[in-house]
Amino acid sequence: MPAVSKGDGMRGLAVFISDIRNCKSKEAEIKRINKELANIRSKFKGDKALDGYSKKKYVCKLLFIFLLGHDIDFGHMEAVNLLSSNKYTEKQIGYLFISVLVNSNSELIRLINNAIKNDLSSRNPTFMCLALHCIANVGSREMAEAFAGEIPRILVAGDTMDSVKQSAALCLLRLYKTSPDLVLMGEWTSRVVHLLNDQHMGVVTAAISLITCLSQKNPDEFKTCVSLAVSRLSRIVSSASTDLQDYTYYFVPAPWLSCKLLRLLQCYPPPEDGAVKGRLVECLETILNKAQEPPKSKKVQHSNAKNAILFEAISLIIHYDSEPNLLVRACNQLGQFLQHRETNLRYLALESMCTLASSEFSHEAVKTHIETVINALKTERDVSVRQRAADLLYAMCDRSNAKQIVAEMLSYLETADYSIREEMVLKVAILAEKYAVDYSWYVDTILNLIRIAGDYVSEEVWYRVIQIVINRDDVQGYAAKTVFEALQAPACHENMVKVGGYILGEFGNLIAGDPRSSPLVQFNLLHSKFHLCSVPTRALLLSAYIKFINLFPETKSTIQEVLRSDSQIRNSDVELQQRAVEYLKLSSIASTDVLATVLEEMPPFPERESSILAKLKKKKGPGAVSVNELEEGKREGGELNGGGERGGDSSAIAASNASTPSPSADLLGLRTGPPVTAAAPSAGSLLVDVFSEAGVNDDGFLRDLEPPTESSDSLLAEGPGDSDSAPPTVVSEDPAPPLPESNELLNKFVCKNNGVLFENQLLQIGIKSEYRQNLGRMYLFYGNKTSVQFLNVQAKPVEPLIEGGAQVQQVINIECLSDFMEAPLLNIKFRYGGALQNLTLKLPVTINKFFQPTEMASHDFFQRWKQLSQPQQEAQKIFKANHAMDTEVLKAKLLGLGMALLENVDPNPENFVCAGVIQTKAQQVGSLLRLEPNAQAQMYRLTLRSSKDTVSKRLCELLAEQF
Amino acid sequence: MMRFLLLFSRQGKLRLQKWFTALSDRDKKKIIRDVTQMVLARQPKSCNFLQWRDLKIVYRRYASLYFCCGLEQDDNELLTLELLHRYVELLDQYFGNVCELDIIFNFEKAYFILDEFVIGGEVQETSKVSVAKSMEEADSLQETMEEYVNKPTY
Repeated sequence: MPAVSKGDGMRGLAVFISDIRNCKSKEAEIKRINKELANIRSKFKGDKALDGYSKKKYVCKLLFIFLLGHDIDFGHMEAVNLLSSNKYTEKQIGYLFISVLVNSNSELIRLINNAIKNDLSSRNPTFMCLALHCIANVGSREMAEAFAGEIPRILVAGDTMDSVKQSAALCLLRLYKTSPDLVLMGEWTSRVVHLLNDQHMGVVTAAISLITCLSQKNPDEFKTCVSLAVSRLSRIVSSASTDLQDYTYYFVPAPWLSCKLLRLLQCYPPPEDGAVKGRLVECLETILNKAQEPPKSKKVQHSNAKNAILFEAISLIIHYDSEPNLLVRACNQLGQFLQHRETNLRYLALESMCTLASSEFSHEAVKTHIETVINALKTERDVSVRQRAADLLYAMCDRSNAKQIVAEMLSYLETADYSIREEMVLKVAILAEKYAVDYSWYVDTILNLIRIAGDYVSEEVWYRVIQIVINRDDVQGYAAKTVFEALQAPACHENMVKVGGYILGEFGNLIAGDPRSSPLVQFNLLHSKFHLCSVPTRALLLSAYIKFINLFPETKSTIQEVLRSDSQIRNSDVELQQRAVEYLKLSSIASTDVLATVLEEMPPFPERESSILAKLKKKKGPGAVSVNELEEGKREGGELNGGGERGGDSSAIAASNASTPSPSADLLGLRTGPPVTAAAPSAGSLLVDVFSEAGVNDDGFLRDLEPPTESSDSLLAEGPGDSDSAPPTVVSEDPAPPLPESNELLNKFVCKNNGVLFENQLLQIGIKSEYRQNLGRMYLFYGNKTSVQFLNVQAKPVEPLIEGGAQVQQVINIECLSDFMEAPLLNIKFRYGGALQNLTLKLPVTINKFFQPTEMASHDFFQRWKQLSQPQQEAQKIFKANHAMDTEVLKAKLLGLGMALLENVDPNPENFVCAGVIQTKAQQVGSLLRLEPNAQAQMYRLTLRSSKDTVSKRLCELLAEQF
Repeated sequence: MMRFLLLFSRQGKLRLQKWFTALSDRDKKKIIRDVTQMVLARQPKSCNFLQWRDLKIVYRRYASLYFCCGLEQDDNELLTLELLHRYVELLDQYFGNVCELDIIFNFEKAYFILDEFVIGGEVQETSKVSVAKSMEEADSLQETMEEYVNKPTY
């Protein structure tokens, strides 16, 4: 083995390092460094040209100073000079300096690239490797521009040395990750796949990382790698521990390669070819079996390497999620690890089980370990392990065990580490809401949460409990009673006072009948906390007091006295003072009627995504909520809090047409909407049903909304309200076929909600629309551009007559029942002059209107992306740009699409990724989008992945027209 | 893939840093500070993994030196632990009974060995023999460079 003190030893450097180490204080060290920096600077600037050795030595010193944590702002040029030295050691140090201290100074990069180019073409493997390492270390876009074409050639050339191939593969991977648009697929791609068969294990090990990354982005192109990977894996798994010589690590054959192969397979669904699949299942079984065999070595390296493969195999089994037998075996294996004496294994088992819990096949099996996990939460010494246990409990929670898990988490909170309390609080709050069967349990849980960990209860949590109490009248009395009791504790958290103040202010009357909680008692209890609270809480309490005056006139004088006291009415805080003055005045001059109106009970809150869930999602780190959970949460939430059942279930979209806007609550699905009837069994998947309370007249507008493929006899469209008042006139003329430009018109509205849908010389139709969840409302404005009346227009829902120059408005309520392809048709007939005008347009309702944006972290995005890797879930289009490729415009369009535009997710900043959930009544469809602009080629590549294939396809079609 | 590798002493002195993604100097410093503090604060016999922001941190202590890396969520913790071990073995093989001082005084060698082993955050060569051979070839070049450049290449 080479000894260290080689001929290149730099004495000056060693002395300098010793000096630094001998410095007694930080100050002395800084002094010594500054001295050295001055010295080097003068040498570099000096008149005398430095020889290579000195240059190398000084550059090395600078490097050392940088690594000590000091900033280095010179020496780059000298390092670049070293690159072209013909002394290997000088070149090597030059490259090291560049790799460690990258500077995006483009002037310099050009010089560096030049040196790299020379070394790459030197055909000397050692030099080539140095150059490739440098590209991989810097990985800048300029380098990608210069070398992305060359490296694939080196990689697949027949005469390239193995070591160079290895470096080239990983170098290319780095470039692909930073600038995927510059690495063009080509003839080399198929040859790269065949590197999986390479004789040299090192080449396979390196190449497979590249293949994995390429497969993730272009699964179809690399499909053949699946069978190659399976056969390679099978050869390794079945080999004896000595077969692979130096690639055997502590008696485990090729652990790195095995894990990478298993990871590659996770980019694909289970192999379709029965033989390949059989072989793979056999491998996985062998790996599971090996876990039960006695170890071949007592060394921890042996068991770690072996278990690394085992965990990777389990990940693959979970990814496939289709082999119940393997899933259950995996779960049992993890169950064993849960009680293993190695902390690492317990940690990993908890982590893996978290993903296993979301599989339908293994959810029940995971649940059987609940006691062990609870025990881990209570007894593990290491906080990161406890954290994993808490995550797993959260993941395995369902209706059957929610009470137990929430209780355990609550009791853990009493002693939990400060670092994880806030997250625990959020999780408890979410579980309590999600699985609340009765709301008294929910209220109890949240109040306990505030009692135990009040400091960690964020605003979102107590806002949420108030929202829920206000929206559910069956729990209001109980909530009032419970907060009243909780407030009686001698010391209670300020958050409890907030909740208490709000709830008693709204619903104190519900418990006022009991003399133990008479109005005055309630007031005194609240007021006893007043002086201990912060300003915002005091402000809230003052509002509660004025509400008391309305609820209980008998408390008026007491409360007025409080308001009148100097500490309120002259409070130094403006907000408090203002409230005191205004409330006092209000209570003394307003009549009871006015008071009752002003201080009326809060109306129900519009239903929306739980703000707590959003908060937890935002928090990075373990247990960040995946989209899956989010969807589930929403679904559950809707079920619990959404209340009313909505009518109309047989068609894909039911739209109810109301001439007067209903309260916004209707839009949000809080109250039971008017049942939507009709909905013919449609040939198409879609029916828009229009009915109206408006009177029907003989003349005016007529609009029928109908499914595109439907015959006219199933065109029925009256609601219960108008069927008895006057039957709609049947139109003799069939609706006209859609205008040829209707598709184009539709496309205009994919990314926006308002605008002019149609215009000719007679008529202008404007649209304003808004969407929330699976509901939407659209306002149509019909403008008569002429100066004469449109006469004798047969009409149903809107006012029958449009004066010249006038406009009428029509409101359509829309509910998306399931996903759909075709937009509903809008048929308009009216008489202008003597002629009947008949035109049919596509109503701009497209599936993306029902998007709910989903913010997520990079990790969640990619995990989700991977979960949607089945070929039919993806739709992709490559198309030419129709408009200028302006980033801001693209962003605006993507936002208009309704998805969340995710920043810092895609490694390439040029690309856009978005995430959203399409809300339909039948289901929620999670969708991910990726748009890759290629400015040079003026092309885009658009990729959509959704849990439903038709949705991906439709979105892709719609969007391809937009950019 | 691995995002970074840090070597630091028990006193928190950084001995080697390797970044596999482009980051600003400010971000790097912050990561170094946060991660070293967090790892140094761990109790002995704790598990070798922890979650930090969106990364998995895997660390192991060898004598006075901590080897620590940040992984993406897909990466395999146990195997990374062995990757650190293999790196220590490679250092040991090169220096002969490696200690912290070897890495301080020959930090550039520690970088070169790492480059032979890991590129762009992915393992390129796991064979000790191959890595040793590459290092040996490079070292032999140092002495015979003058003759070497005059020789035709293979």
